[in-house]
Amino acid sequence: MNDILKLTITELIEKLKTRELRSVDVTKAALERIKERNDSINAYITICEETALKQAEISDQKLDDGEAGMLEGVPLGIKDLFCTKGIKTTAASKMLADFIPPYESTVTQNLLDEGAIFLGKLNMDQFAMGGSGETSAFGDTINPIKEEEKLTAGGSSSGSAAALADFQCFGATGSDTGGSVRQPASFTNTVGFRPTYGRCSRFGMVSFASSLDQAGFMARSVEDTALMFRAASGFDEKDSTSADVAVEAYDEIINDLEVKGLKIGLPKEYFVDGVDQKVKDVINAKVEQFKAAGAEIVEISLPHTKYAVPTYYIVAPAEAAANLSRYDGMRYGLRVEGENLSDTYAKSRSAGFGWEVKRRIMVGNYVLSSGYYDAYYSKAQKVRSLLSLDFEKAFEQVDVIFAPTTPELPFELGGKIDDPIAMYLCDIFTVSSALAGIPCISVPAGFTPEGLPVGLQILGKAFDDAKVLQAAKKAEDMNK
Amino acid sequence: MTLYNKDYEIVMGLEIHAQLKTKTKLFSTSIANFGAEPNTQANAVDLAMPGMLPVLNTEAVTSAIKFGLAINAEIAPVSVFSRKNYFYPDLPKGYQISQFDLPTVGKGVLDVTLEDGSTKTIRIERAHLEEDAGKSVHDLGSNSVSHVDLNRAGVPLLEIVSFPDFRTPEEVAAYVKKLRAIVQYIDICDGDMSQGSMRCDVNVSVRKKGEHKLGTRREIKNVNSIKNIIKAITYEANHQVDIIENGGEVQQETILWDPDAGVTRSMRSKEDAHDYRYFPDPDILPLRISDERIEAIKATMPELPEQKKARLMADYELSAYDAEVITSSKETADFYEEVLEAGKDAKLCANWLIVELFAILNKQDLELHETPVSAKQLGELVGLIVDKTISGKIAKTVFEEMVATSKDPKVIVEEKGLVQITDTSAIEPIIDEVIASDLGQANAEKFRNGADRILGWFVGQVMQKTQGKANPAMVNEILKEKLK
Repeated sequence: MNDILKLTITELIEKLKTRELRSVDVTKAALERIKERNDSINAYITICEETALKQAEISDQKLDDGEAGMLEGVPLGIKDLFCTKGIKTTAASKMLADFIPPYESTVTQNLLDEGAIFLGKLNMDQFAMGGSGETSAFGDTINPIKEEEKLTAGGSSSGSAAALADFQCFGATGSDTGGSVRQPASFTNTVGFRPTYGRCSRFGMVSFASSLDQAGFMARSVEDTALMFRAASGFDEKDSTSADVAVEAYDEIINDLEVKGLKIGLPKEYFVDGVDQKVKDVINAKVEQFKAAGAEIVEISLPHTKYAVPTYYIVAPAEAAANLSRYDGMRYGLRVEGENLSDTYAKSRSAGFGWEVKRRIMVGNYVLSSGYYDAYYSKAQKVRSLLSLDFEKAFEQVDVIFAPTTPELPFELGGKIDDPIAMYLCDIFTVSSALAGIPCISVPAGFTPEGLPVGLQILGKAFDDAKVLQAAKKAEDMNK
Repeated sequence: MTLYNKDYEIVMGLEIHAQLKTKTKLFSTSIANFGAEPNTQANAVDLAMPGMLPVLNTEAVTSAIKFGLAINAEIAPVSVFSRKNYFYPDLPKGYQISQFDLPTVGKGVLDVTLEDGSTKTIRIERAHLEEDAGKSVHDLGSNSVSHVDLNRAGVPLLEIVSFPDFRTPEEVAAYVKKLRAIVQYIDICDGDMSQGSMRCDVNVSVRKKGEHKLGTRREIKNVNSIKNIIKAITYEANHQVDIIENGGEVQQETILWDPDAGVTRSMRSKEDAHDYRYFPDPDILPLRISDERIEAIKATMPELPEQKKARLMADYELSAYDAEVITSSKETADFYEEVLEAGKDAKLCANWLIVELFAILNKQDLELHETPVSAKQLGELVGLIVDKTISGKIAKTVFEEMVATSKDPKVIVEEKGLVQITDTSAIEPIIDEVIASDLGQANAEKFRNGADRILGWFVGQVMQKTQGKANPAMVNEILKEKLK
């Protein structure tokens, strides 16, 4: 492997600016790596060789002309849930296997405007529904860490995480509905940041659950995620839920935090039995490092945590059931001709959706149906408010919250796929914050004795994205 | 009479869909006009392409607020858009965005004037914003394909729901007319029922007089004219009475009015009813409307029919009936204002419009916008009477000519030499001639002896000799003087 692929984005940008490296060469190297590795890792669904090289040429010219954007010439991977104009966007489904959008998502457009190069579209759980990459219609993604053990790279941003860990890109977009960038980051020793809900436009992201979906940013350093986030975020009039709040120079202020005096909350509900002891050990060691550096550790309680998973698995499927109704075989996407209209609907949707998607559509329609709405959907919304309130109260006491990203270590592919409840329970530490819409990040915290990565999750107040990134940067610095 | 069986009464409620005249659709930037080539006014949002999101059209919200103000309704400080889920090819998202439990416009009232001059207050339960679906065209020919036109998909509608306050088809007709007038006055909808920009669903049930419990209702969908509304209700109510009288039970159903056959037909029964699984649309934040915004819109509200009626009665001393007729539609009111501009005399203008012009329109079965005599022409005609160029009697002749030829009244008056004679030096010799005749001398004698009514004979003679062009008032005056 070409060593330049191991650079972080900020290191690469330096070398591109000084002309030590040219974007075309870097892009070529990345494309070679992808082609060499895609059969074994399966991180990419679509490889954009031609367009990527063309973009790189333009970037090199801009760098020469002194017109470089924030990410000029930096090759990224794009989760296949962001619509990319003229480039196949499948959401890892048969339904959209041949769908080529005539428009660009706002997040990817913002990245393009800053000079980013798109190497290809990354594998994922189908329609972002899954936590192991196994629901993809384009095959499992293999975790490059201990490749031979065939572990999951997490999900749903499985391809993003694996591509980063395997040096097949410098940064990647992901999306996080209930933990889909954080858990894969934790499983691959990479950084996965979920911004405050509304920070990034959802325009052009294939919707899963609108009130939870949020673009996420993954990289091999915190500063890199901060830079991508800065480039991609901002108010968008095309998304009514996007927030009109000023974007900060997150990468530039990444070190502006004193650990001394930082109040860190440890929610007791996140350190219970059932969390793998090896995970706890790594997290506790990290907490000790912060303590030693002068941080104040406060035990806090988020009392409604135990309701988070059931709440999430009512709200998300309900929204998904409606969001996925548009895939009916009438205007685009897969169509399987039937005897009549309703038969065509049934055949198209049966063939176009995988089992996990179907399961969630059924659950979603069930919890919204007359007679069950109050018992499920309506109640879940109330619990959702309580979960938000838990965080609001906690942040009256502390600056940030530390917790494990997942209760367990990367597991074997096929290990949980037949047990949806076990799979859903892995989301226990990531769904509360998603329901509350607060910013959160998974940052590498260390390894177990067997060499499996553990991610530290850091959560902050809504729109306190900068502080979350800064605290994560400190955690990352302590790894050195 | 509506019901053959006088032991029963009809109870009705209305749902009216008013298509709002906004430039763009309710949640997309597509143009919302009628009549374009199929599927040329539908963008990626209307087509529900992956990742497309709705953005609320503020102009549509303003329209809803205007309507709320016009019916004295409460405007909700917070209203919510929900998803109404069902599958159909003309519904691209697989759900319709509509307001469910939290509509923008709450309870309001509308007073309608009935034929006998009495007023009835109809309570409006709510008015909510929603998007229209596309149009399905089913080709029933040999290859039986269906076509979908998505130009209409996403066009904003205001659904106005009344309480079940109607007891006769005439009340319904009066309400629909009034509502149409209001949406036209406040300029949020063109009110054209034949084009479908105002669509009417009527919930009809019957019950024995004196009963308090409502009967089972059947909903007549999409009736496209006021005449058809009356016919459909009349048919349906009698049909329901027949069912009950024959020992049957009315089944809750959605029905369609077949105007050609003059019957209602079943569309779907209650068993086929969808579970729409409504829930708040997470893509759209709750709509918050501030008092400031409401006040700002209030300041721009145009005169409403009620206000205009009161003004016409106060300023021009029009009768309640005339004022009601004139303000019953914005078109008529605007027409009247234009007549008045040239005609000056408010009462005379009202008369000529309501009595003369409407009679012609009725006779020729024309709508006001199809009138052979324009408002300006009618105003000019009244103006000719007012400035004494012609007499009222001559005016009728001129009017007939205007109806036949659409010519300007002045042209007709000139061509036919109908200008009134107001010159005393021209009238006097004629009067002298009449008095000097044999009969004239005899009658003059009778007049001087107290037979006042004989004056009419003199006037008649003078008018005859001038082909009706002499000014009658002047003729009278001069005659009285000369016959002393």
